[in-house]
Order: sequence, then C-alpha cells, then structure tokens
Amino acid sequence: MTDSKYFTTTKKGEIFELKAELNSDKKEKKKEAVKKVIASMTVGKDVSALFPDVVNCMQTDNLELKKLVYLYLMNYAKSQPDMAIMAVNTFVKDCEDPNPLIRALAVRTMGCIRVDKITEYLCEPLRKCLKDEDPYVRKTAAVCVAKLHDINAQLVEDQGFLDTLKDLISDSNPMVVANAVAALSEIAESHPSSNLLDLNPQSINKLLTALNECTEWGQIFILDCLANYTPKDDREAQSICERVTPRLSHANSAVVLSAVKVLMKFMEMLSKDLDYYGTLLKKLAPPLVTLLSAEPELQYVALRNINLIVQKRPEILKHEMKVFFVKYNDPIYVKLEKLDIMIRLASQANIAQVLAELKEYATEVDVDFVRKAVRAIGRCAIKVEQSAERCVSTLLDLIQTKVNYVVQEAIVVIKDIFRKYPNKYESVIATLCENLDSLDEPEARAAMIWIVGEYAERIDNADELLESFLEGFHDESTQVQLQLLTAIVKLFLKKPTETQELVQQVLSLATQDSDNPDLRDRGYIYWRLLSTDPVAAKEVVLAEKPLISEETDLIEPTLLDELICYIGTLASVYHKPPSAFVEGGRGVVHKSLPPRTASSESAESPETAPAGAPPGEQLDVIPTQGDLLGDLLNLDLGPPVSGPPLATSSVQMGAVDLLGGGLDSLMGDEPEGIGAPNFVAPPAAAVPTNLGAPMGSGLSDLFDLTSSVGTLSGSYVAPKAVWLPAMKAKGLEISGTFTRQVGSIAMDLQLTNKALQVMTDFAIQFNRNSFGLAPAAPLQVHAPLSPNQTVEISLPLNTVGSVMKMEPLNNLQVAVKNNIDVFYFSTLYPLHILFVEDGKMDRQMFLATWKDIPNENEAQFQIRDCPLNAEAVSSRLQSSNIFTVAKRNVEGQDMLYQSLKLTNGIWVLAELRIQPGNTSFTDLELSLKCRAPEVSQHVYQAYETILKN
Amino acid sequence: MIHSLFLINSSGDIFLEKHWKSVVSRSVCDYFFEAQERATEAENVPPVIPTPHHYLLSVYRHKIFFVAVIQTEVPPLFVIEFLHRVVDTFQDYFGVCSEPVIKDNVVVVYEVLEEMLDNGFPLATESNILKELIKPPTILRTVVNTITGSTNVGDQLPTGQLSVVPWRRTGVKYTNNEAYFDVIEEIDAIIDKSGSTITAEIQGVIDACVKLTGMPDLTLSFMNPRLLDDVSFHPCVRFKRWESERILSFIPPDGNFRLLSYHVSAQNLVAIPVYVKHSISFRDSSSLGRFEITVGPKQTMGKTVEGVTVASQMPRGVLNMSLTPSQGTHAFDPVTKMLSWDVGKINPQKLPSLKGTMSLQAGASKPDENPTINLQFKIQQLAISGLKVNRLDMYGEKYKPFKGIKYMTKAGKFQVRT
Repeated sequence: MTDSKYFTTTKKGEIFELKAELNSDKKEKKKEAVKKVIASMTVGKDVSALFPDVVNCMQTDNLELKKLVYLYLMNYAKSQPDMAIMAVNTFVKDCEDPNPLIRALAVRTMGCIRVDKITEYLCEPLRKCLKDEDPYVRKTAAVCVAKLHDINAQLVEDQGFLDTLKDLISDSNPMVVANAVAALSEIAESHPSSNLLDLNPQSINKLLTALNECTEWGQIFILDCLANYTPKDDREAQSICERVTPRLSHANSAVVLSAVKVLMKFMEMLSKDLDYYGTLLKKLAPPLVTLLSAEPELQYVALRNINLIVQKRPEILKHEMKVFFVKYNDPIYVKLEKLDIMIRLASQANIAQVLAELKEYATEVDVDFVRKAVRAIGRCAIKVEQSAERCVSTLLDLIQTKVNYVVQEAIVVIKDIFRKYPNKYESVIATLCENLDSLDEPEARAAMIWIVGEYAERIDNADELLESFLEGFHDESTQVQLQLLTAIVKLFLKKPTETQELVQQVLSLATQDSDNPDLRDRGYIYWRLLSTDPVAAKEVVLAEKPLISEETDLIEPTLLDELICYIGTLASVYHKPPSAFVEGGRGVVHKSLPPRTASSESAESPETAPAGAPPGEQLDVIPTQGDLLGDLLNLDLGPPVSGPPLATSSVQMGAVDLLGGGLDSLMGDEPEGIGAPNFVAPPAAAVPTNLGAPMGSGLSDLFDLTSSVGTLSGSYVAPKAVWLPAMKAKGLEISGTFTRQVGSIAMDLQLTNKALQVMTDFAIQFNRNSFGLAPAAPLQVHAPLSPNQTVEISLPLNTVGSVMKMEPLNNLQVAVKNNIDVFYFSTLYPLHILFVEDGKMDRQMFLATWKDIPNENEAQFQIRDCPLNAEAVSSRLQSSNIFTVAKRNVEGQDMLYQSLKLTNGIWVLAELRIQPGNTSFTDLELSLKCRAPEVSQHVYQAYETILKN
Repeated sequence: MIHSLFLINSSGDIFLEKHWKSVVSRSVCDYFFEAQERATEAENVPPVIPTPHHYLLSVYRHKIFFVAVIQTEVPPLFVIEFLHRVVDTFQDYFGVCSEPVIKDNVVVVYEVLEEMLDNGFPLATESNILKELIKPPTILRTVVNTITGSTNVGDQLPTGQLSVVPWRRTGVKYTNNEAYFDVIEEIDAIIDKSGSTITAEIQGVIDACVKLTGMPDLTLSFMNPRLLDDVSFHPCVRFKRWESERILSFIPPDGNFRLLSYHVSAQNLVAIPVYVKHSISFRDSSSLGRFEITVGPKQTMGKTVEGVTVASQMPRGVLNMSLTPSQGTHAFDPVTKMLSWDVGKINPQKLPSLKGTMSLQAGASKPDENPTINLQFKIQQLAISGLKVNRLDMYGEKYKPFKGIKYMTKAGKFQVRT
C-alpha cells in the first residue's frame, strides 16, 4: 500500500470529494483525506479551497494528523490570512503542552505562517519558549526569531527578542548556541550596520566550546561567524586556529571549507617565522585534496575555492598537482576548473608532467575542453619561462594532427607566446603559414594575420598572404578587419616599396566602404599618420610592445583578499565580491583580511587592505582627482595625461596602443589644432582617395575622430507624431518629428490634405522659444496640395531666433498658414536635437567643471531595463552627441563620465552608472550636473529616449 | 538559508516541491531547464545557476535532479551537502531513491523534509533521529497501522537530539549484540599508454553496522595507523584521542554509519592490482582497425581479482566492432559507441583477452581521439593500502558482542589511456 493512491482522482471532482472526507466523523478517514490533500499540494495542485475544512482537523491529539495539518497551514496561510487566525488559539495552547516536542512543533509552525496578523499573537508564546526549560524548545524558538524578523523586523526589535537571542549565545546547550548564532547571522545579513554579533574574546571562547559539541550544521554557522571576528593580536589568532584545526577532519565538506576560511583569514596575522605557521600550512593541504574525492557538485565548489587559495598561498598545494589531473568522465565543469588550477600550480619542477597531461587532453572528445587544454599549454609557456620551448614544440605537434579546432587554438596561443618571447620562435612561422587555409574562426585568423604583420620582414610572401585575406575583406569579422588593417600598415612600413598599392587598398576599404566606426577611425589614423610623417608612423606602429605576463589572468590582489574572506560562499564560486551580485546589494559590508599585528614584520603582504577603508563607502560621488586620474591612466583609449606623475599606475600601451599612445602627441603638433571645439567635420563622402598627396586642410579635417562618428550616424529620430489633427485645421493634417544630422537641425513635416479643396500658399512661423529655434528657410511646398495628397518636407532650423523661456522648457509654438486659414499648434522637441557635435569635454576640464558646479545642481535619475551594455550605451549616446569622456569599472559596474553641450553653450556633465540587471537588461543611474539645472530633466528624457529606442 | 526544493526528473518534470519559507514559483526552474538544455548530458549541468533573484544549486543522483533554491548568500557546499544528505535519507528510508518510490511515499517524504529543515536551517539530518521521529514505511507497519490506527509519526522527543551524543538514541536493546566493520578501499588511478602510473590514490572508508545494547564505548586500533594522515571522521569519534594515541574511540550511533573516510595518495603506497595490455590501431588507408586488450593481475597479494568489467568510449568514427572474448560477454552499442566487456574473474594462468576488428566509416580519416579504458574490479579480503585493524574493544557495557572486520578493495575511477 503506497501513497500513490492519494493521487488518483474520481470524476466527481476531487475537491468536492475531499471536502466530504475531511468532515467525516471517522478519524482514520479524516487522516487519509488530509494525506490526499498534502499529496496534491506537493505536486503543485491548488487545494487552498479546503482551508477551513483542514483547519478543523487541527484540534486533535493524533500527532501525525497535527503535523499534516501544520504542513498544510504553512503552505496556504498566506493566501487565507483570515482563516489562519482561526488556528491561533490551538497554537497558543500547544505552546504550553507538557510534551516539549509539541511545544517546539507549535512554535516552529507559527513562525512559518507568514501572516502579519498572526505575528502579534506569536510574541508571548515565543518569549516563553525562548526561556523554556527544555533546550529542544529553546533551539527551535531561536530559529523562530529569525523567521519572525523576516516577516516583521520592527516587531522583533520592539519586543526585545534580539537581546534574548544574544543571551542564548551563552546558553549551556551547544545546539542552542549554534541555532542562536545561525539566527543572528541571518538577521544580521539584512541589517549590516546593526552590530548584532558583537564578538569579544569571551563570546568567542563560548563559540569555540560549542563548536566541538554541536551538529555539523551548527559548526558551519559557528565557523562562519568566527570568520567575521578580528583577533586582537597574533597570539589570539593562533589560539583560535589551534581550536579550529580539528574541524579540517570533519566528514562534512562544508564544515571543512568553513574551517579553511577561518584559518586562511587568521593566518594573515601570524608571522611566517613561527613554527606554527608552517604546521598550519601543512595541515591545510590534505583536507583540500580530500574534497576532490567527493561528489562532482562538491568538487566544483571546492575547486572554485581552491583556485582562490592557490592564488593567495600557492605553497599550500604546490606538491599536489596530480590530484588536479582530469579524469575523462569528470563532468565538464569540473574538468575546466581543474585545468585552470593546474596552470596556476605549474612550475619548473612539474611542467613536464603538466605538459604531458595537457597534450593528452588535447586528444579528448569534448571540443570545449580540448580548446581549453590547448590554451592552457600557451599559458604554461607564458608562466614558466623555461618551459616555453617545450610548449612550442608540443603545440607544433598538435598542429601536425591537423584537427581543425586544435590547429586554430594552437595558433591563437602561439601568438601570445610571440608576445611574451619576441624574436625567439620565428622558426615555426613557416609551419603556421601552411595551415593558413584551414583557419575559419575569427580569432585564429586575426592571430595569424597579427603574426604575419609582426614578422613581415621575415616572411617572404607576407604581402601575398595578406592580400589573399583582403579579397573577402567585407565578409570578415571586425576583429579580423582591424588586425588586417594594422598588419598591412606594418608591412608597408617595413617594406614600403612593394606594398604601396596594398596599403592604399586596405585604407580605402577601411575608411570608405565600412560602417564600423572603429575600423574607420583606425583607418583614418593610419592614413593620416602615414601621410603626415612616415617616420613618426614607424615609431608609433612599430613601437616596442610591452611583454605580456601571466598576471593578466590573476585576480587583482585587493579583490583576492576580499574573496579570501568569503571562502565557501557564493562570492567565492563567482569570484566576485558579494556587493557585485547579491540581490539588491543591500548594504553589503566589505570584508578585508586582518592586518598583521605589530609583533610581526610589516614587510609582508603589502597588498593587505588597510583596515581604515570605511565599510559602506559609496561610489556614486565622483572620486577625488587623484583617483580618477589613476583610473584614467588605465584606460587604453586615452592619451597619457600630462598631469603630475603618478607612481601608482603605469601607462599601458598594448597592442591597441595605435589608437592612443603616441597618436595624440603627434596630433598635438598640428597647426590646425585638431579637435578644437568649434570644428565641424565635413561629410565622409569628401574623403580624398589619393594617398600620399600633399596634406590639404580638407584631409586633415577628417580626423576629428570624435565628431565624425556622431555626424555620420546621426542622432536618434523619433517616429512622426500628429501635431495638428485635420479636424482642428480645416482638413490640413500635420505630423512631424525633429532630426539632427551632420550638425544641422531639421523639422521633418508631413502635410496631408484631408479637405476637399486644393491647398496652396503654405508658410510657417515659430513663436519665441527657450533655445531660439527658428526656421532657417521658408516652408516650401512646390505644388499645390490636392485633396488626399500627402507631401513630406524637411524644414531646416537654426538656433539664432529670439529667446524666451518657455514652460515646459522644450515647448515650441508653431503657426502654419495656407490659403484657407492660419493654424496654431504647439509641440515639444526632444532636447537631444540641440546637442552639438563638439560637446566632448577634455578630461581635466571635465574634472574641474564637475567640482566647480555646486552640488545643489546635481540631479539624479534612474533608467530601468535598458537593453544595452556599457559599450553599446556609450556608442549609442555618442551618435546623439553625448560623449563619453572617461570610463571606468568599479566592482563590476561600469561608470561612464559624459559631457554634452547645448546649442546655446550650456554644458551638461553626466555620470552614468551601469548596473547589470536582468539577463540582457541593465539599470542605469544617471547623475547630471549643469549650471542651468532646469535642463536636467529634459536631458534625462533625452537619455531615456535615445537608449530605449 | 535553503528556501525551497524541487525534484525534477530527467525529462524535465517537476514532480515534487517543498518550500521552507514563502512559496517560490516553480517558474524559477525555467532557468534550470535552460541550463539543462545547454548541457549535453545530465551530468554536465552546472551545480550553481544564478537567476535574477535566486540561486539554484543542484545535485544529480539516481537520475533525479535535486534543485535547491536560495535567496541570500549561503555557503553552497552547505546546500549541496544537505541535498546529498536528503538523497541518502530517502535511500535509507525506502531502499532505493527513484521517482516512482518518492511518489509512492510522498507523504513520508514530505514529513521527512519538514523535519530535516526548519525555515531553511537543518534540524534533524541524522538518520537515527529521523527514524525515531518518522518511522520508515515497511509493509508490516503499514498493515499494523491500518489495523490499529496508529501512525508513522513517533510521539517521543528524539532523545538523542539533546544529549551529548546526539547521534545515538537511548534505551537501545538487542538480543544479539554485534558490531561489524567493513574496510572498503577504492583505487582511483590514471595509467598512461605505456602502462606507467600517472596518478593513483586510495579513497578508503570504514563503514560500520553496530547493533549493541545500551551505551557502548568502543575503541578501534590499527596495526599501521601511520597510513591514515588524511582522514575525516564521523562526529562520534573523539578527535583528541586520535591526535594523541592514534586510536579511534567513540560511542557509536545505532545501526549503519560511516565511521571514517581516509585518503592515501603517496604514490609508492598505492599498489596497482591489475594491468591492461592494449593495442588499438587505426590505419589511414583501410576502413578496418585492429583491437586487442588483455587484462592481467599485478600486485594482488595472492588474492583473486573478480567482478572485472571493462568499458570504453570508442571514437565516433567507429561504426561497429567484431570481437571475440576469451571469457565473459561483451557488447558494443553503435549509437553511443560504448564498448563494454564483462570479464568476471581473472585466472592468472589463462589471462582474459578481447580481440577483433573495428569497422570505420569508409573514406573518413582516422579518428583523432584515443579511447580511454575504464576498469572495474573487486578484490575480497584485501585492503590494498595495507591498513589492518589491530583490535576492537568495548567499554561501558557488560555483555560480549560479536565482532567482525571485512576488507575489500574496489576500482574507483580506474582509467587506462591508450
């Protein structure tokens, strides 16, 4: 006899039948009916209609029936709050039952009924249960406080339950202590500021005592709580470590990992000279290795954490390389993590083994994994210098297999090896070139083209090779196009005589026939460089590149330190601080490793975050000048700032330095003053195609990079809206919209004659308005407008008309006249038609202006659910003349600093914080600063219109 | 803490849901289904899946996904450990853990889940205690219950839960007092083409079945405790005593439990009991390949290797195989390309072998990947690490118990590359 019988239904209607059974007199029948109800509930059927009938069964001394009814109540009380009140009395009675099991069950169930009205009745029984003589009841009541807090936090505070809970930390029963800690931790999570778990040496001592005696789950709570404590000196840290170490032998992996967290954190305070430090290091390895023999899901979480531990303290696992070797039937998520750790542990001592393994993996079935394995070989080469030669020969072996995806990956990583060890392994280029035809992935093609360009002087037929790519230039992905452009320019600079034609071809392809602004800009830059000063061009394009290093894939030290404090949590799985992803980000406290105490050398760990960093430091204010400069220096699109020298960061001039780096200094020498504010670029069609022609002013004009992008693609244009309905204008219907293109504003009108007579003699006039908008030419309707005919007219506008402040600011009153009558209407124009092309502010200036504008003028706005990412936002805005001055990334959020200028010369500065939201959407936070704050609202609307369309 | 639990079968139906806090709509599982679709095989579904408002942590066992929903920062290992514990409990209660069994016992399942967590906090996860609270269903009990109208739910406070030995209930009585210990070692190894060992480690456990009256206090000592330097204990083991004397001293839980698990990884300590000779060759020109493997004993300390099975995932290019085994049965699935050979016992005088040809796709180039051979075997009465129990003593009770120790070595993830 099984429970499946509870799922069978009869035709009559299940609910009806159950109702009858529930009201039956026979106990046994009742119980069976409740079981059926529960069974339906578990599979998601709605049986809430039976609420009163089920609650009626509650008054019983049959424990199982009581439990079943409780189960039902918990599930449905929320949807039937009034009915749930009926149950209160029974609960209160049960809380005084002589059987502690019943008392505990009652208090536990009451807490699960998430109905506000009930909570009031809960307080008294809960207070009693918290002081109950039976520890089983006390520990259940402790959890109940957390439940209640979740429903009504204020009530819990008012009733003083939090203090009672704190007292329970000193309870004599370890299980009660553990539950009190768990409850307090959960409450503290929603109240980061409220110093709930006030840890001091005494309470720590109590926790450590309870740690030995409570259940495994309790141990996790206590250990996690201990990890938040900062010992006052290294001796205290050591004594806590000593008492925590036995937990490393626990069978529950969560206990082990929480213990590892405590030890990793407190170790920071111990001097490395201490014997104990070495002992501790030795003790940490075996439990971590043991975690890897657990179920794959546990392994995965363990591996993500080991990845952090290995980066922080590589010495712990340096002899344990072999446990990370991949078994062929490991799930893919485990394989990839193991691979990553293998590379981190690779050293001269074990590289031979690692390479042999990686080569083995490269013949596996799973394509993704094979690719990663090939990449890993490249990373080994970069990490362990002595092994580079071996890695290269392994890669060559793999290329010989001719397996398409292996070859492609191998070429990508060989490019990286060239960047780390230039002029060392060129001998392999010939082999690579043989495989040119088989490359069909953009990344591999780009890598190969890079290699050809970089070593053009040593490859006899470099020009032929590159030319062969050029044929299908437009079908290539951007990555390949950019690389091809650069490679051919390099080739030209190395072999100018025979490749002039080729370079002209690629430049014209890139600048004229491409819609991609990046490609076009890069094309123009090269063009201009080559035509102005080939020597300078050589210096820029063929500049010595910095070597890459393995550090590029390490986690940044401060982040790593923070993550070490979060070992065993979701943060450690995602390698992001909780503030970057925890729901709502409700005041997450930044954790930092404890500083080493004075008794030990301070030479260690310069990366330790100073404890002084205030926890809740918000980043929505613009940082101090020094910070911002520091950040700007790391942007690869900016020229070096000629401000005070900053020791903290070095100027990065990577492969993409062509766009930044030396360019600006070259441009700075130009007499014309490129990029001067009032400069307007001519249309792109005017690009002269003769390379090497004496530099005319027309040519140089083209290189105002920032503005050309904006002008070419044009601002966002709203669809036409009806401004003047036919009814109001004796049959003339006017709809229209505003556009801004290539620096000129226009009103696009559509006139429809819905009357029965012909219309002629059109004229238009604007009332005075806030920004002086006025028609730049008369309204020209060439032919008379016959009935049912429509005509489209674009009316150019200028902003030199007379000015009068309107309400709202962007209101425009228009009068249209025809042979019949004069008609009036008013419309609102989007502010972004007034954003001028030279609205990009210089960085220094931006900074100064931002500080200069008083804070009262700052306005904040939210833009929800924008379907774009940071880059797309930036380029979208740019096409409407909102320029990104600087960009930085703060804890996973992109911050854009933007400027724009209105036709009347008003500057608006913006700080745009982009928060990743639902899957493909982002939430934007916009702060605007402007000397004329009235425009802010309209600028915000413009932002929203541009971004959402 | 743990918010909700969904049980999902491999065809993507949610067949059970349990909420410990407010109800989370089952639509949250859509994110899981997406991930499930992306993963080629059920085993490859990532265990942690973020959604806009929740995190989904899952384990996959017995062809069922156990998906926990959490809303706040909770240690993921805690959740995953707990999920495994749930599966173990079901298995313990119902013998097997499968969709039909869970559906058949849905009310018990629901009651058990309710006892295991309170508001997302673990409450009673020790099977000893759970069984006291909710009695597992047996045919006899069902019959008795129907006749007498009594229930599955115990009405006693689980006595163990608050004592210093929460894992043991009081008042245990047996007529036959017995304590059996199984030392089971699994060898995980990767052997390379040439037959040399790349990695080898032993995962050992000591599983116990203790049925003793009263509150017995046991000590277990080993001949060579030095082997055990990487161990995890059941909470009942007194760690201090182990640290100082290398003796396991404990008050055992009642019934079946895992006393300790250990890990031996130093390479020279791991003897490899079998070897595999293989020759698998594809020729570029012909559409036939040759296949031959032989299995033989290596370091078995004179014991017989039995229950040997060989499994290998053949390259996709292999269309079919025509093989003759010298013993046992073999099968090749042309769809999954899985070759399996049930060898049975290895007779050292006449080594088992499997020989024949493989037919490849005509005209296709020879396969890129080399098949890996997966080996299973068992050796009775041998702990391959050499671990030996010295003696078992009981204190605290007067009677004389039956004692028994069994050793067994098995292959864990034992892989031979070709």
